[in-house]
Amino acid sequence: MESKFLILLIIIIGAVAIAQLVRVYELTAKLRKNEEHDIPNRDNYLNSKLMLLFMVVQFGGFIYLMLKYGWTGRGDAASIQGQSTDWLLNLNFIIIISVFFFTNFLLFFFAYKYVRKPGVKAYYLSHNNKLEMIWTVVPAAVLAVIIILGLKTWNDVTGPSPKDAIKVELYAKQFDWTARYAGGDNILGKSDYKLILGNNELGIVTSETLDSSILAIQNGAGGIASIQKLLNNRDTVITDSLMSVMTTNLGNKERLLRLLYQMKSTHAKSKDANAWDDIIQRDTLYLRNNTPYEFLIRSRDVLHSAFFLHFRAQMNAVPGYGTRLKFTPTITTDQMRVKKNLPTFNYILMCNKICGGAHYKMKMMVVVLSEAKYDAWMKSKATQNFKAKYFPVATPTPTSSGATDTVVSTKM
Amino acid sequence: MTSVAHEEHAHGHHDHHEEGFVSKYIFSQDHKMIGKQFLITAVFMGFVAMLMSTLFRIQLAWPGESSSFLSFFLGDFWAPDGVLREDMYLGLVTMHGTIMVFFLLTGGLSGTFSNILIPLQLGARDMASGFLNMLSFWFFALSSLIMVLSMFVMNGSIFGIDIPGDWGTEGNGPAMAGWTVYPPLSALPQAVSGSGFGMTLWLISMAIFIAGSLIGSLNYIVTVINLRTQGMTMTRMPLTIWTFFVTAILGVLSFPVLLSAAVLLIMDRLAGTSFYLSDIMIGGEMLTNHGGSPILFQHLFWFLGHPEVYIVLLPALGLSSEIIATNARKPIFGYKAMIGSILAIGFLSFIVWGHHMFITGMNPFLGSVFVFTTLLIAIPSAVKVFNYITTIWKGSLIFTPAMLFALALVSTFITGGVTGIILADSALDIAIHDTYFVVAHFHIVMGMSAVFGLFAGVYHWFPKMYGRMMNTRMGYVHFWITIVGAYGVFFPMHFVGIAGAPRRYYDYSTYGEFDVDTFNMIMDLNVIITTFAIIAACGQMIFLFNFFYSIYRGPIAPQNPWKSNTLEWTTPVEHIHGNWPGALPEVHRWPYDYSKPGAAEDFIPQNVPLAEGEVESH
Ligand code: HEM
Ligand SMILES: [Cu+2]
Ligand SMILES: [Cu+2]
Repeated sequence: MESKFLILLIIIIGAVAIAQLVRVYELTAKLRKNEEHDIPNRDNYLNSKLMLLFMVVQFGGFIYLMLKYGWTGRGDAASIQGQSTDWLLNLNFIIIISVFFFTNFLLFFFAYKYVRKPGVKAYYLSHNNKLEMIWTVVPAAVLAVIIILGLKTWNDVTGPSPKDAIKVELYAKQFDWTARYAGGDNILGKSDYKLILGNNELGIVTSETLDSSILAIQNGAGGIASIQKLLNNRDTVITDSLMSVMTTNLGNKERLLRLLYQMKSTHAKSKDANAWDDIIQRDTLYLRNNTPYEFLIRSRDVLHSAFFLHFRAQMNAVPGYGTRLKFTPTITTDQMRVKKNLPTFNYILMCNKICGGAHYKMKMMVVVLSEAKYDAWMKSKATQNFKAKYFPVATPTPTSSGATDTVVSTKM
Repeated sequence: MTSVAHEEHAHGHHDHHEEGFVSKYIFSQDHKMIGKQFLITAVFMGFVAMLMSTLFRIQLAWPGESSSFLSFFLGDFWAPDGVLREDMYLGLVTMHGTIMVFFLLTGGLSGTFSNILIPLQLGARDMASGFLNMLSFWFFALSSLIMVLSMFVMNGSIFGIDIPGDWGTEGNGPAMAGWTVYPPLSALPQAVSGSGFGMTLWLISMAIFIAGSLIGSLNYIVTVINLRTQGMTMTRMPLTIWTFFVTAILGVLSFPVLLSAAVLLIMDRLAGTSFYLSDIMIGGEMLTNHGGSPILFQHLFWFLGHPEVYIVLLPALGLSSEIIATNARKPIFGYKAMIGSILAIGFLSFIVWGHHMFITGMNPFLGSVFVFTTLLIAIPSAVKVFNYITTIWKGSLIFTPAMLFALALVSTFITGGVTGIILADSALDIAIHDTYFVVAHFHIVMGMSAVFGLFAGVYHWFPKMYGRMMNTRMGYVHFWITIVGAYGVFFPMHFVGIAGAPRRYYDYSTYGEFDVDTFNMIMDLNVIITTFAIIAACGQMIFLFNFFYSIYRGPIAPQNPWKSNTLEWTTPVEHIHGNWPGALPEVHRWPYDYSKPGAAEDFIPQNVPLAEGEVESH
């Protein structure tokens, strides 16, 4: 409370002080017979010089920042696609920084040079078609180059992946990422949000998961049966508003159930195998060096964005439909640590679309392993596939499953 | 119609019938008063939004540290123990962006200056419809009020009144889905606390804002087309009017699309429709919505959103054209090319919206089309810049505060414009989309340029609005603090963005977990940025003081303080209904006859007939 009072007091005293200063200034201005709209030459020259000084400071500051951080302050791109976009980025930066220096220089220098001088009249010039033609055509030509190179790279980085690209699903929800490797067959099992239940967090579609979801929605806690029971129980008193909530809920559940049956009728049991060998991985995403990846991106709730800063790759996660993204890592985590001279460095997958309060914490470590290390890690994972996770009793859990996860430590 | 009536009034009986306080200052139908009402409201909103930006900048520079400054302004609900809540951070950012774009710059620039200058520079007695004009302001005022009120939604109530319906428990805080309010985040109260009643108020406020803006724009268009005085052909109009005219057309064509986007969003929120929702599970609840697309909203939003950038920017460019020509004592260079550029920019701004959506999963080929159209816009923009520079070349520059701000606008238009070329290139956008690089880009090219245009306009036309002069020295101090502060804030943001800092992050300390070097860089720069932001914000107090002080105590203005050519300076300093006491002025030349060889003075107002043997130049 006291501090509030103090702040207010300071503001008031400040305003009064300025008011007094202005009065004094106005009185002296009157004595000098100066009016506000007459800019005295002294002020005019001062401002023209300040314009030039400002330009020097602005350019100096820019150059200082560039020398200190470099214009791509995030270091080398760690993927084939990233390297080609970085090349293009550098080229574009050279162009725009030249334009920046050139035009700003003209602006501030003219402001300095052509300040009003006694006896010098401005040069009456209304237009000049030739000049105007030049500065229409030259930018157009430069832009043509930028567009052509840009679209070529764009086509490359968004084009289809090679057939043997490893498929990985990235699943976003408030506020974490889950990865799903397609397993030995490199085919991801289908998924549907209606099947999210218990240890099927990604809603993967198999005959068993379909059955258990149908069962849960019919007879589980809060399922159709229990709602109906409550509604039909004449002994309990239900308020009107609760009643309407319950009937809506019941209607929704019945609708979901119909859709589940529909899904079941079209689901082929032969497809189950695609899903069971998928490998679900949280916290850290392991990638194989020099191997093309095809990421399929999904969201459970709101928009998210998969932002692989160091691979220069990004794609939104959109609830309702899948998006895709590809890149081929070329530098292992170990190599990058040496390159950056930073032994604690890690690659990262961040969320880059506002998705709620903890948006800034939504991330996943990414580790690029050499081919041999990755293959060893993958082999150790093969037994911990979706089937093993879904039926925990059926397969005995390995005693120390974490051991292989520390191939490359994600800790400091 | 009205102009005829006024004509009679001005000629017939000179008894200025006394107006009541209410009809003069509150429900005024006089365009000059309405313009001032827009200005004052917008300045108030601007200061609210600026205060918010300093508050969340404090969190970014000193994350998690308790600050008495924060608890002073935000209280315990937003900032318990002086530490900003993470969702309230998003609330502040959202309200800051919304208010700055719509309420300060759309209302403040187009609302203020279209109103004041269109009739005065065209030689009209008033707007085509004074009543609709008044209505447009009151819609604006009401929407401002609702937007501000939405920040008082706390603990399930607003000013102690419980919020009805389900929103009560969830509806805490203002909208916090970003100023772009993308669904599903904005559609589902379960997703974030601000998507409850706060979001409802946001949508209501925007709907009212849009209605007001439409009424205003239609009025501006009709006035420009119909009420030009004798001799004021389209190609004799000052560039200010051209930009207001094109701005109004952009508004009329694009704002309705935002309105429909908002209406569909309201339906999804309240009526259970699925325009933007599909296959969602949130808060453990499986929603039955199916078949909608969140991307549809983005298309609709940016169909307004991109023209909006030019709705904000074009008036600023128009004002600065006028100010630069006047204070360089030289015709604007390439008048016709300037008009052509304004029209080209206006047209192109409608077919580039997809550049905000390159990484939404949109078909890459469609992305390519948007790359092409977007980069085309750089051409008319470059033409404008070179024309400005040539205008001051061999001029005789007078650095009034307005002139300084106008030149600063050209500088920020360049600096922010060139980074647009990077963002428009989809292949490059992948790597920097939604990072601080974008924040730097749009603040410089849209935020700063438009704010500089606004300041330039206020300093230049203050004598016309209030009949008094603002203090010039204070104007200088204000200018230099502002431009140094603005570049100090937004220039380093490019580097923060290139290093990979996403926007709308409450805190960057997570960088410490994987890249300490980058973390240190971001934190160092964040402290510098926040310091400059605080300095710049304090500098605005000088303006505020100067503005209000001069309204009451500034020296009385002469009729034509800047020796300008346009018609508004031929009206008397005292405001009168109908603007000109006698007949309307007649126009004989274009507005840029400064330092014309052979003329006695270095300016020839538009209502001066051509001298014997003089040719009109363009
Ligand atoms: C005192 C001067 C200002 C400062 C320090 C400032 C700072 C910021 C910062 C740090 C953000 C957050 C960026 C993010 O996390 O995404 C932001 C957002 C924004 N600002 Fe400003 N800003 C200022 C003035 C302006 C002006 C004049 C405009 C008018 C165009 C503006 C428009 C916006 C918009 C549209 C956003 C995006 C909000 C969102 O992400 O939803 N700001 N500002
Ligand atoms: Cu997220
Ligand atoms: Cu745009």
